[in-house]
Amino acid sequence: MTKRQIVLDVNGQDHETWVLPSQTLLDVLHDELGLADVRYGCGEGVCGTCTVLLDGEPVSGCLTLAVQAEGHRVITLRGLMGPGDALHPLQECFLRRGAAQCGFCTPGMVLTALDAIKRLGRPTRDEIRDALVGNLCRCTGYTKILDAIEEYADLAAP
Amino acid sequence: MVAPAFDYVAAASYDEAVRLLAAEGDEAKILAGGQSLMPMLNLRLAHPGLLIDINGADGRPPTLDQAGGVLRLPALTRHRVLLEHDLVRQHCPLLADAVRYVGNVRVRNRGTIGGSLAHADPTSEIGCCALAAGAEVVARGPDGDRTVPAAGLFAGYWATTLARAEVITDVLIPAARPGQGWSFQEMVRRTSDFAIVAVAATVYLAERSVAIASARVALAGVADRVVLADPDLVGLAGRTADEDLDAAADRIAGRLEPPDDVHASGAYRRRLARVLVARALRQARDRAAGAAP
Repeated sequence: MTKRQIVLDVNGQDHETWVLPSQTLLDVLHDELGLADVRYGCGEGVCGTCTVLLDGEPVSGCLTLAVQAEGHRVITLRGLMGPGDALHPLQECFLRRGAAQCGFCTPGMVLTALDAIKRLGRPTRDEIRDALVGNLCRCTGYTKILDAIEEYADLAAP
Repeated sequence: MVAPAFDYVAAASYDEAVRLLAAEGDEAKILAGGQSLMPMLNLRLAHPGLLIDINGADGRPPTLDQAGGVLRLPALTRHRVLLEHDLVRQHCPLLADAVRYVGNVRVRNRGTIGGSLAHADPTSEIGCCALAAGAEVVARGPDGDRTVPAAGLFAGYWATTLARAEVITDVLIPAARPGQGWSFQEMVRRTSDFAIVAVAATVYLAERSVAIASARVALAGVADRVVLADPDLVGLAGRTADEDLDAAADRIAGRLEPPDDVHASGAYRRRLARVLVARALRQARDRAAGAAP
């Protein structure tokens, strides 16, 4: 099991790194590239804290091998922020609505919600719940998260 | 929970994957969508020496087609495509509906139909639909391709009848003819969780009649594999009344001996099976008669 050199396209930048074939994308993004917005939660693809966009679609970083991501575009929450770490408008809604307490689930919530809005336009509250079924929050009880996403969806709707 | 060390090869073709499987034997595992295998690795329930990644084995993206009454789904078709693709909605609406119950959005973005069938989980929605729809898989091996009916694919808990060096390359589903009725019913404690019991049913009516010509019923979560109900037990030819459908549900459920586990007792699963089969048959009949959307 020798390490191999790969180039990962993360948030629009190429990163050369050496990885074991058995290292997950989560391991490499968090531990090697220092991206603290991709988080280890369950390691089974259930909790959603390691959500990243792979070629634009949400996937579990813990269930994707780093070597599999070579040649694909990886976006983490940080990739959606503006210059000087300016917050994404959905993050502003999370702040305004008190939708983040400990914040551990927030990156996965935001990325997954944006995917649902991209696909459904203005999803109903039930559709948002359904889209977020794979993103666990142990603090908020979800209500404020749904409020924040609905507020953003209203702002973003054409 | 960190996966054990393993080696990794991205196979450029199915033939290469088959060659590697033949050479490496039990040390090697095929990696498709990874939504079952990767959790097993992270939990150290599996210790392969080599992962053979087939994600690039079929050219990309996978192309679905329908010709001669057969819907062909490449093994690498992701669940999300099954959910959204017009050809699936049109020719196997049962499968398009059932995929809603598979995992969460991330699982559906990566998980594949071939991987799901090869994983052979006894609660698999996709395996259940493959049985009810009369699907076949195309398996590539050292001696070429062969087709295996879904009804002959599942061998037990996470086990198939595929040979060691065989890989599923395509799934073939008889396209729904006009007038097919279908239904998928599932009971879960939490949305997106593994099914406690799931039922898939397809029904055809006799021409210019409300009487059933043929019906197929498949169940998940009631045995060591997904199962197709014995046609003699279904026994609905010429019938149509609710009482006939309920009697079929009684016959089918009465023959099951579901195991107890942490999620539900066997007795509860048998009762669920009876209720869900009755619901599925009624909805499938009503759809076949054009009386349900």
